[in-house]
Amino acid sequence: MSEGNGQAKNGGGLHWVGTRSIRPDGVDKVTGRANFGADFFMPGMLTGRVLRSPHPHARIRSIDASKALALPGVKAVVTCDDMPDIPAEEAFVGEGPMNFRDLSRNCLARGKALYDGHAVAAVAATTAAIAEQALGLIEVDYEVLPHVIDVEAAMRPDAPVLHDDVFTQGVDPAPTRPSNVAKRVQTGHGDLDAGFAAADVVVERHFTTKPVHQGYIEPHACVASVSEDGQTTIWGSSQGHFMIRAYVAKLLAMDISEIRVIPAEIGGGFGGKTLVYLEPVAVLLSRKSGRPVKMVMSREEVFRATGPTSGTAIRVKIGAKKDGTITAAEAECKYQAGGFPGSQVHAAAMTGFACYSLANVRIIGWDVCVNRPRCAAYRAPGAPMAAFAIESTVDEVAEKIGIDPIDLRLKNAAKSNSQSSYGPQFREIGYIETLKAAKEHPHYKAPLGPNQGRGIASGFWFNIGGESSAAINVNEDGTAVVATGSPDIGGSRASMALMAAEVLGIDQARIRPIVADTASIGYTFLTGGSRVTFATGMAVVESAKQVVQQLRERAAKIWDIDVDAVEWKDGEARPAGSNAGRFEPLSLKDLAAMAGKTGGPIIGRSALNAQGAGPGFGTHICDVEIDRETGKVTIVRYTAVQDVGKAIHPSYVEGQIQGGVAQGIGWALNEEYIYGDDGRLQNPGFLDYRMPVASDLPMIDAVMVEVPNPAHPYGARGVGEVPIVPPMAAVANAIYRAGGVRMPDLPMSPPRLLAALDGD
Amino acid sequence: MAKTHVTTTINGEPTEFLCEPQQTLLDVLRDELQLTGTKEGCGSGDCGACSVMVDGRLVCSCLVLGPEVEGRSIDTIEGMAHGEQLHPLQRHFLEDAALQCGVCTPGFLVAAKALLDRNPDPTETEVRFWLAGNLCRCTGYDKIIRAVMNAAAEMRGA
Ligand code: FES
Ligand code: FES
Repeated sequence: MSEGNGQAKNGGGLHWVGTRSIRPDGVDKVTGRANFGADFFMPGMLTGRVLRSPHPHARIRSIDASKALALPGVKAVVTCDDMPDIPAEEAFVGEGPMNFRDLSRNCLARGKALYDGHAVAAVAATTAAIAEQALGLIEVDYEVLPHVIDVEAAMRPDAPVLHDDVFTQGVDPAPTRPSNVAKRVQTGHGDLDAGFAAADVVVERHFTTKPVHQGYIEPHACVASVSEDGQTTIWGSSQGHFMIRAYVAKLLAMDISEIRVIPAEIGGGFGGKTLVYLEPVAVLLSRKSGRPVKMVMSREEVFRATGPTSGTAIRVKIGAKKDGTITAAEAECKYQAGGFPGSQVHAAAMTGFACYSLANVRIIGWDVCVNRPRCAAYRAPGAPMAAFAIESTVDEVAEKIGIDPIDLRLKNAAKSNSQSSYGPQFREIGYIETLKAAKEHPHYKAPLGPNQGRGIASGFWFNIGGESSAAINVNEDGTAVVATGSPDIGGSRASMALMAAEVLGIDQARIRPIVADTASIGYTFLTGGSRVTFATGMAVVESAKQVVQQLRERAAKIWDIDVDAVEWKDGEARPAGSNAGRFEPLSLKDLAAMAGKTGGPIIGRSALNAQGAGPGFGTHICDVEIDRETGKVTIVRYTAVQDVGKAIHPSYVEGQIQGGVAQGIGWALNEEYIYGDDGRLQNPGFLDYRMPVASDLPMIDAVMVEVPNPAHPYGARGVGEVPIVPPMAAVANAIYRAGGVRMPDLPMSPPRLLAALDGD
Repeated sequence: MAKTHVTTTINGEPTEFLCEPQQTLLDVLRDELQLTGTKEGCGSGDCGACSVMVDGRLVCSCLVLGPEVEGRSIDTIEGMAHGEQLHPLQRHFLEDAALQCGVCTPGFLVAAKALLDRNPDPTETEVRFWLAGNLCRCTGYDKIIRAVMNAAAEMRGA
């Protein structure tokens, strides 16, 4: 193999991996040149708008669009009648469980509207104002039905049932009556009763969390253009243009070859852009009108109809001996799925106790339909809520036993080669390293002021690999283009360039990384699950190795020696072994210039299904100060320690950690979906859905621990998901130390904390 | 509906446009003039992605109507660099990795420049409060604040 591989494992000899290069797409993004989803225009383009149900649950008796169609400027109206009624089929296209039929019905309601904001019809018109006016002219005859918003209420036998074909899966005997409970899942092992019997201390608590939105700043947007022969082009921002292609093909019963999706820059996703809302509708409108159609959601639509993550009700019970050994741990997690089945409760059941090596453990999860928007993946989907409940309870166990919370975790920590709480054996993991680094961090020993408290919590996420494609084209002047199929959501182009530069041995600035469209690169699973640097990175490294192999072959040809007698070092071919020193080295630039004479263009390409994504662990330290008059919580200091495997581009790794923490703090303190008794969302805007702003936060100290992932050429693990897992419990535990009250319900907003402090 | 004819200066260039009375300055910039560097995150004045300067004042362009800018001078992100020369804020945003997805970045840059124009030596707290009208969901603000502080220091010659 090439020398590029020789540098692979961590440690010395790395020139580019681990440096803080300027991101290749950066200048376009600081000058306003970068095109995001809503920035694309076509001649003759129409504007599409969606009519949404004002009711949380209603039968749609009829839709009459004749008045809208009569309005000058209106070119098309579509409803579910324009969409094929496809059969139920599990989809493994996006992130987390989804059914193609449900997704179709989520894009345009069929028979029933299942939540406030559910899309019912759509119109395309020559201007936005006309489209808006046309929506008001579409007459929908609704039969309003009783609705249910709360997860526990939805599980009751007398609850209004959303779907008459949902029978709880995973229970024995199988139910004969439909209900809102779509699924029961269970993970664990051992003997809980024996474990609790052996405990000196048992703590059992109940928790609730509210749905929160991913909150990406860029609303969903796309342009679709269907030509007379059915060829369809979609421009849009998403976490996976191949995902868009697959969903549109399935939902509209098209051949994949008829669809080309061109990725725009994506203005944040966090899991929320891993499925389709507008794209199939835009295609239908374009097909019907014969014109390109642009659709952009308003912020209100984003809140009412996309995301959020599940609200939950969770019970946790943990038993431990006086020495801190956890003898038994169990949890029951009830997760809102929204209008269609498919919450991330299975991930909750798998991740909940994953930080701990336990003899007796069980998590039961329930996936429950409610009249809310169909939940979507949100950063470490499913894990943060369970972690909030479990890490809060762990903190209380530590307190009851009188042991330092980090020591309690150290005592029970999951280690390399230990059996995970959800089944498989871990390989190399770095949880203990994060605990030790947290304990040794100056923050952990720093003095606290009045009304201040310090909380600790840990978190876990699997990280995923999966299918990725990459290609490297060496240009005639010795520069190179690295093409991948992974949308760059937070600087991944920079990481791709660094890894390619490392293998090729050339300056990363000579490498131009691009995100290629669905017709120009092989299939690539979406950007999610913290997989891109790992899996797409592997495809890039593999492609670069192929380039190096070809460069060595070209040099061998020129020198007329055996290819094995050519080594690749520092960006040049050198004669090696007995030939060492016989010829002047040939640089990549030299070889590129001669490519035409030595066999043609030099390209490397790789398509793989990456296995062995290393799980990630983090431990967070949070200091809060509480205001006893107002109940306001201020985060005064925050340190997030995480095993990142190997930071390919440390700045963007830190950025992932800091961003995840900030989202977690928002989830902990302020963010929530607020519904009225009428089942309508009351806060669909950034004014009333309060995400953290700069003045709410301190600097966030991101401490990177590097326990290399042996499956990746440079040791990388996914880093994006873990940091949102610990913050809610870290904040709650800090509030407890500051104010003496346990906060089992999120968000821990000022009125809630004030009530708790007042003993209500 | 009759359109209104509006004469303005945008990034130093005399510019005319026609707009409907209900179109916002943001709509005009993006849809009529195709200056799409200014972003829409909310349309309600709550995210700052649409920040521009009107006669030297920082505003949310989603809260200004197109006809209101008659005779005024507007600066957008597209006018921040001078030729190939990036503004120090733009450079520090890149060097300090102050953007992830980058959709909030134009708004932050315009707002930060407005701050440094009036206060060349802001404290961290002042930066945080000045930028509290700009939402970023990716970065946790840490690197944005550092980039602004570093740019300010460089511009002061410190
Ligand atoms: S778009 Fe103007 S403030 Fe959000
Ligand atoms: S970088 Fe994505 S919103 Fe700020």
